[in-house]
Amino acid sequence: MPVSANASQIIYDSLRASGVRIISALPETWLVHLVRLADDDPEMTLVRLAKEEEGVGISMGAHLAGVRSAMLMQNHGFLAAVNGIVSGAQLYRIPLLMLISARGSFGERDPWQTEGGLVTEHVLDSLRIPRIHLDVQADVARTIAHAQTLAYSASRPVAILLGRGLMWED
Amino acid sequence: MLRRDAMAAVFPDLERSGTVVVTIMGAVAAELQDIGHRSNFFYLQHAMGLASSMGLGIALSRPELRVIVFDGDGSLLMNLGGLTTMARYRPKNLVHVVFDNESLLSVGGFPTATSTGSDLAEIARGAGVPRTSTVRTVDEFTRAFREACEGGDLTTLVAKVDAVGPKAFVTDLSLLENRYQFQRHLTDLRSRSEKD
Repeated sequence: MPVSANASQIIYDSLRASGVRIISALPETWLVHLVRLADDDPEMTLVRLAKEEEGVGISMGAHLAGVRSAMLMQNHGFLAAVNGIVSGAQLYRIPLLMLISARGSFGERDPWQTEGGLVTEHVLDSLRIPRIHLDVQADVARTIAHAQTLAYSASRPVAILLGRGLMWED
Repeated sequence: MLRRDAMAAVFPDLERSGTVVVTIMGAVAAELQDIGHRSNFFYLQHAMGLASSMGLGIALSRPELRVIVFDGDGSLLMNLGGLTTMARYRPKNLVHVVFDNESLLSVGGFPTATSTGSDLAEIARGAGVPRTSTVRTVDEFTRAFREACEGGDLTTLVAKVDAVGPKAFVTDLSLLENRYQFQRHLTDLRSRSEKD
């Protein structure tokens, strides 16, 4: 499978280094290695979700209980989680680190991903969620550390968009 | 059974050190605050459906705590998938109470699907929650609640209650005040247990 195992490992190691101990996830193709890494790590709690919005609640609970967490999801999963993000994480000022695979952009072959690809960044901007697009392995560690720092200093959700250039090896 | 009477009956249990309570918005939050607010109570005043997910997040993060969720039929119906997630991770320290008044009371009493036969305890059982039951009186509720707390396994307890609520739903406890007080309570519990 051309999903980059190398990039996934670097992302995972960076999440660990930023103190994340609970990852909630709904798998999709680009995230398979990341989900497996979390599952294989005895010091990580992986929560496999039925729908992404649940992950917002889990992260809210984890934060108030003193545990750092992150959400792994596709951009369509982010769209499915919007009410929880707004009326949960934002209303209650919860630092929420979201890693979102940015499907449906340049290079996308699956027609069903393309509509979501058009709107994801606009929705993030409308919600005033700081976002950064990650396409280069060398930027991963620093960007994840910086995202976590901002999430905590602002007490708000932040989004890292995982791009094709990072996640996919054609 | 009145929801307020049910909550009042188990109030001493809710106050115990090491117990935390997460409630949904609306009548549950307003009535519990009226009975008495404590720093270990968190009222999720929106994000409908996610109180049970929050409870799961706390229960997984802090296995030494007893986590009580006061859910409702309307809220749970919005997050039925969450039951499968709760059952999958099966935290032993989570008691999930569902006050089922068969209606969306705070918006005028529109009937929910539990009024036409959907059975939330059966849905929870089918999702894999190991202990489920439905109760209809305050005595039954009190007994089942205490059994669930002592039972040592994930429980969904459906309490059938009258569709009667408080006069007002807005209370004088601000959302963020509640949030930071609750977080500090959980932090203090941890540092106290680390000192012991």
